[in-house]
Amino acid sequence: MSQSNSQSSDPVAVSVDLSRAAEQALEIARQQGMDQAEVSVHQGTGVSITARQQALETIEKHNDAQFVISVYKDHKTGSASSADLSEQGLRDTVAAAVSIATFTGADDCFGLADANRMATDLSDLDLYHPWQATESELVDMALACEQAALDGGDRISNSEGASISTYSGNAVYANSHGFMSDSRGSQHSISCSVIGESQGNMQRDYWYDSQRNPQKLASPESIGQRTAERTLARLGAKQIKSQTATVMYDPMMAKSLFSHLIGGLKGGAIYKKASFLLDQLEKSIFPEFVTVSEHPHLMGESGSARHDGEGVATPSSRNIIESGVLTSWVLGSYTARKLGLESTANAGGVRNLRISDTGQSFDDCLGQMKTGLLVTELIGSGINMVTGDYSRGASGFWVEGGEIQFPVEEITIAGNLTDMYKNIAAIGADTDTRGNTHCGSIVIENMTIAGL
Amino acid sequence: MPSDHFTTAQATLLDPTGLSEAHLNQFMQKLTNVHGCDFADLYFQYAKHESWSLDEGKVKTGSFNIDRGVGLRSVVGEKTAFAYSEDLNPAAILNAADVVSAIGRQGQNVSPDRAWQVRQHAPLYKGLDPVAQMPDAQKIAILEKADQMARAKDSRVKEVMASLAGVYEVILIVSSDGRQIPDVRPLIRLNVSVIVEQDGKRERGSMGGGGRFSFDYFDDQMIEHYAHEAVRQALVSLEAIDSPAGTMEVVLGAGWPGILLHEAVGHGLEGDFNRKGTSAFSGRIGEQVASPLCTVVDDGTLADRRGSLSVDDEGNQTQNTVLIEKGILRGYMQDEHNARLMGMERTGNGRRESFAHLPMPRMTNTYMYGGEHEPEEIIKSVKKGLYAVNFGGGQVDITSGKFVFSSSEAYLIEDGKVTAPVKGATLIGNGPEAMQTISMLGNDMQLDSGVGVCGKDGQSVPVGVGQPTLKMDALTVGGVQL
Repeated sequence: MSQSNSQSSDPVAVSVDLSRAAEQALEIARQQGMDQAEVSVHQGTGVSITARQQALETIEKHNDAQFVISVYKDHKTGSASSADLSEQGLRDTVAAAVSIATFTGADDCFGLADANRMATDLSDLDLYHPWQATESELVDMALACEQAALDGGDRISNSEGASISTYSGNAVYANSHGFMSDSRGSQHSISCSVIGESQGNMQRDYWYDSQRNPQKLASPESIGQRTAERTLARLGAKQIKSQTATVMYDPMMAKSLFSHLIGGLKGGAIYKKASFLLDQLEKSIFPEFVTVSEHPHLMGESGSARHDGEGVATPSSRNIIESGVLTSWVLGSYTARKLGLESTANAGGVRNLRISDTGQSFDDCLGQMKTGLLVTELIGSGINMVTGDYSRGASGFWVEGGEIQFPVEEITIAGNLTDMYKNIAAIGADTDTRGNTHCGSIVIENMTIAGL
Repeated sequence: MPSDHFTTAQATLLDPTGLSEAHLNQFMQKLTNVHGCDFADLYFQYAKHESWSLDEGKVKTGSFNIDRGVGLRSVVGEKTAFAYSEDLNPAAILNAADVVSAIGRQGQNVSPDRAWQVRQHAPLYKGLDPVAQMPDAQKIAILEKADQMARAKDSRVKEVMASLAGVYEVILIVSSDGRQIPDVRPLIRLNVSVIVEQDGKRERGSMGGGGRFSFDYFDDQMIEHYAHEAVRQALVSLEAIDSPAGTMEVVLGAGWPGILLHEAVGHGLEGDFNRKGTSAFSGRIGEQVASPLCTVVDDGTLADRRGSLSVDDEGNQTQNTVLIEKGILRGYMQDEHNARLMGMERTGNGRRESFAHLPMPRMTNTYMYGGEHEPEEIIKSVKKGLYAVNFGGGQVDITSGKFVFSSSEAYLIEDGKVTAPVKGATLIGNGPEAMQTISMLGNDMQLDSGVGVCGKDGQSVPVGVGQPTLKMDALTVGGVQL
């Protein structure tokens, strides 16, 4: 496992024609007497490299294929999946789905999305940028990233290493309306995690970047440096007293608040009456300055797509929260029919979620909070989606006079999401632009901290 | 019979593509023809998954998946090269072996052909295929019963969601030391969850279980038990008041609350973190890391349990490993790679999600032995505190030792009596410190019902936990009521 190897990490040529496999599967389903069917096929390749303590630790090569079919017959459905894209594999998988559809219960809401909603514009969204670096170049980058973190000072005592991963693939979605779309995509990331030590106590922190285009990745050195800074800042952390306080989520943590929001707006949670947002449509659930929107057609962004997971054309943008008011659920065709509504083209989730800001910098947000807790890490999943009750482990920094005072750990922050959304006092312009949700720091008043 | 597993593995994994011992020798020569190779293995796996789910009184969806593939690994010192193939034809596997050996610097010596030895350890569960064994109509009937039983419990039950899942896996591990180790692993699970409503207020409750056996396990009595528990928990939650916030005495119930041990000590005692020195428990063998009442083990040898394995995913026999004995740290959980590098014994804890993932040290069934007290005595000893009996998930920061786990059913204890139910809250502590505050253990040690899933580095594996009722003198409770 020397580092002198120079194989390219290009994705291998697609060995199976995915479109042909999709067409074959739909034809098999038709021959089996199914009313409708839909197929997703993807194939991709990648490499993951980890270096630790300035030596290569692991190289993993990925080469995946997966085929998923759903069939519909007399308003019953079944689905099956397999990695075997051979003709026999397709036949066996379709047969398994057909068999399931004979046992499930009928529901008029099952079926493909309506034919008139299928996307017609399938033009490219600039999502495919395979990384042209050789493996040894990737190893060198991981080593440089970790070195930059280890150079962070004497108190950096150990390392969990730096990792680089790259993945490129093709995906086809097709259904028995005659719709077919073929798309390519890539995703690359660099991450680093190191350990600091002072007075016998250890702290770990990490930093990362993830992009579709490797040219846009932050430099390995900058990731390493940021990792070291974050780790060192946590040394000497202590518990604080239980109290009611203002809490500021840093941009990376703030995203989680919108993941809970979208979870509560999904059609499945609504028709099963399992969401804390059940009766909130058309109501004001955030302050007026908050707008939450999705933008599926942005060029080169991680969530971009011309159609959703059922072929339904995505809009170029739409608001979900408009000036604080909840304007729409998040629906695919099944849940839309259950609710007597139209699909919002969200089969598979929301795409490129953007949160409006109130213009402040990170420091301005601290200043506005004056006294309170800056949260930089959350652990655990203490959220009841039926009631909105929220209680999670947190660590971060105590802030007074708008200035960071000392690191804090081993506390929880708690409230109810309904109140927390209403109590947002500011959303910073210090937007974290990685991933599907982009958001700045968020200041929330009146949360309960449990500690000493 | 032991030899049956090898016959099954051969028929499922090797015969369909004509893989012979000569092929295995050819693959192994490629994998070990790497300068300084310590060991190498091939992990052949066939996995069949089936699941059904019900809501609105109907089984609406079902899904079926078959995965088949082989993972190939070569290890030199601290370095690992890994590739896998979903195609079991000799040419495709040889290609993957080439990828692995190309990552390494090729050596000069071609190892001699191995005299393969089949090693079959005594199975801890029957090698049955739960998916094939029960007709689909009967699986549907299990879910429909769960729905009817839950709805019949109380008119406030508004929605019932239930899911049934079965897995059948056939494994063959081919190791560079010449062993071929088969295993055949069934795994089933049933979950029932309900939404109840009263005066416009809604709550949820859920219960489930399973293990390594056939779907016959879910007889009427068991389904009734799950339905009853799910409804009971949801109705209790309807009455719940705000949970207290702050550090207080906490009594944890027996069984599933053992998630405490999984988070507070289990992960921190996995060999990889300790080899690297990144765990709050690193270098502390022989030290007092818990109260003298505590003896904690990881035991992969319990018959039919969800977390059990006859052999781990590197072909090593699982065992009952003492992690903490009367409060003293005794040992770590090890896989092949980390045991070798640390000069310690393997403990049969090498596990992987699938052939497409690298193995690492993972827990099996982690539990604490029981103590002397009646559970009532423990409650009686608390002036003001929390009694938590059901939990959702948990998480731990290995390095700082901070762990959380979130309660879904808890009550206040006032003057030695269990009083009002309180809303779920996250409990947070520091592993080695929190374990020192355990001051009473019940005589009611219990294992969980068989639904645990553990995630680490993006890989999920089934696990079990267990503990007696126990009291912690000081733990932070993350409620909203100051």
